[in-house]
Amino acid sequence: MMLQVASDPLMKVENLVVEYSVGGKTIHAVSDVSLEIARGETLGLVGESGCGKSTLGRAVLQLRQAVSGKVLFDGHDLTTLKGEALRQMRRRVQLIFQDPIASLNPRRRIGDIVAEPLVIAGVKDPEERKRRVSEVLSAVGLDPVLVSGRLPHEFSGGQCQRICIARSLVLNPEFVICDEPVSALDVSIRAQILNLLEEMKARYGLTLLFIAHDLAVVKAVSDRVAVMYLGRLCEVAPSEQLFARPAHPYTALLIEAIPVPDPDVRPTQSVPVGEPPSPIAPPSGCRFRTRCPRADARCASEVPELRVVAPGQYAACHHPLV
Amino acid sequence: MSGALLSVENVMVDLPTPRGNLRAVDHVDLAVGAGRTLGIVGESGCGKTMLSRAILQLLPKKAKLSGRVMFDGQDLTGLSAEKLRKLRGRSLAVVFQDPMTSLNPVLTIGTQLIETIQEHLELDLAQARQRSIELLAAVGIPAPEQRLAQYPHQLSGGMRQRVAIAVALSCEPQLLIADEPTTALDVTIQAQILDLLAREQQRRHMAMIIITHDLGVVAGRTDEVAVMYAGRVVERAPTPALFKRMRMPYTEALLAALPKLDVAPHTPLPAISGRPPDPTRPLKGCSFSPRCRYSAGRCTTEKPQLSPAETQEHVYACFHPIAAGAGA
Repeated sequence: MMLQVASDPLMKVENLVVEYSVGGKTIHAVSDVSLEIARGETLGLVGESGCGKSTLGRAVLQLRQAVSGKVLFDGHDLTTLKGEALRQMRRRVQLIFQDPIASLNPRRRIGDIVAEPLVIAGVKDPEERKRRVSEVLSAVGLDPVLVSGRLPHEFSGGQCQRICIARSLVLNPEFVICDEPVSALDVSIRAQILNLLEEMKARYGLTLLFIAHDLAVVKAVSDRVAVMYLGRLCEVAPSEQLFARPAHPYTALLIEAIPVPDPDVRPTQSVPVGEPPSPIAPPSGCRFRTRCPRADARCASEVPELRVVAPGQYAACHHPLV
Repeated sequence: MSGALLSVENVMVDLPTPRGNLRAVDHVDLAVGAGRTLGIVGESGCGKTMLSRAILQLLPKKAKLSGRVMFDGQDLTGLSAEKLRKLRGRSLAVVFQDPMTSLNPVLTIGTQLIETIQEHLELDLAQARQRSIELLAAVGIPAPEQRLAQYPHQLSGGMRQRVAIAVALSCEPQLLIADEPTTALDVTIQAQILDLLAREQQRRHMAMIIITHDLGVVAGRTDEVAVMYAGRVVERAPTPALFKRMRMPYTEALLAALPKLDVAPHTPLPAISGRPPDPTRPLKGCSFSPRCRYSAGRCTTEKPQLSPAETQEHVYACFHPIAAGAGA
């Protein structure tokens, strides 16, 4: 399976498999996923809850151990690194979580929270740390003098997410994984944070993996989008192309289900009933077949591989829409 | 409004907090008639949930409510606890965001449905059981008979919300309040649940109030929308008018801040700067004025009152409204 986007991708995930054991049963969270992310690119990763998108993000960072597969960051396989070597690599890869308030230690001051990665990285000079903290806090739109001495509970959700973003940037990472960074925020605040992420990406030359369940949010920031369903990739395509001409029936279903803020657009009634099956016993063949209007016998017997359906567009479907 | 099934008249909810009095709902007037759907839209802390609790008379003990909540000819604020208990579940039903808050985790689905039905309707066990099965089938639950013996934790989030809706519909309520009914659900399930609510509302000729933060949820599925900000209704209009001829800058800004599918990636979003005011420190003027790009003159010193736009049905509270027809 080829998913080449650049001759020298910054992040390359190869045939990654992640499984959990719960009560003696195996949950197939990520099954044979391959992805490439070019330097300076934002790859959006969408899917519904339980599809494995967050697990994939964590496995990339080695916060979850993969059963098999490789995670190549700048040519180094993170799955084989240990101890100090892994710690060195992790400095270059950071993670932003969904719940900004829960991500901050309620008993520590903002200045210390943002400086913590520097302490762990061994930046000994307090003046140097202070300088770096001030710089990133200013970058995310907070006044370092006003906020450094305060505690997380004094801030709103949106401000806490700014603080989390500042903390993720303080070590000058190259790659940031954003796991549902705006889903806990109100509409008016969400737009501020999305704009901020775009600004930070440009200012610090970041490469982003942007995980979210909201397709409109993903489209707003992503160059390419990957769609996941029950642990497998369904489709990968440039953003505009994915939304204009989805190839996988699941992608089409997701796009159709988005409520549009326009009273003239009548909500479609064509969304099939049914819910995603359990990742403990995923369906044979194509995992989406149990909800798919196009499914036939072949879909039950043969796992569809990701293949090119249009330039730059890949779909794992025996009966693609394009 | 006469003839309405529910009318909320000049309702105010005050909550004592360590930081002082918090006016969660401020002078709100709303009405909804039988067979109609009203959407209440706003961001967290705007008072939409407190308003729904004021309607249901389920406010926190310390809260102080003033104004009237007229439902089917009687003022709910004056009713005894016993009368309210009879009304809630029978004529007045609610579906919450998290179905686990309304379902009892240690009782089977069947017990919860049958109990509710027998509490309010004169049916024997066999009849109540039969009705439960019909209800579960009506809300799209496969194998309803087997489900009666299951516990909530054995169902998925979407299925639980269907059960919560079945419980809410079990006694043919006249008014259903759905408070963020799909926020906890995935997008494909959300569409199914919203379709289900709309279908049942039509079929039963119920009045329905959908409370949500998502303008997309109300756009195609309500007759009228009220936009709330800092405890007040700042604009209220028939749904098409609200989206096509909005007058209140907050409504415009809220709609503009939504990422849209027809906009190219990396286009900066027109974000609303700042954040809502501290509800324990009410502003003298318009609550939205510190974040409003049209704010000028008396916006900061005087509170704009709701006034009609082209029609009496469309009201907004703004000194510098968007010109009619200029909205998105």
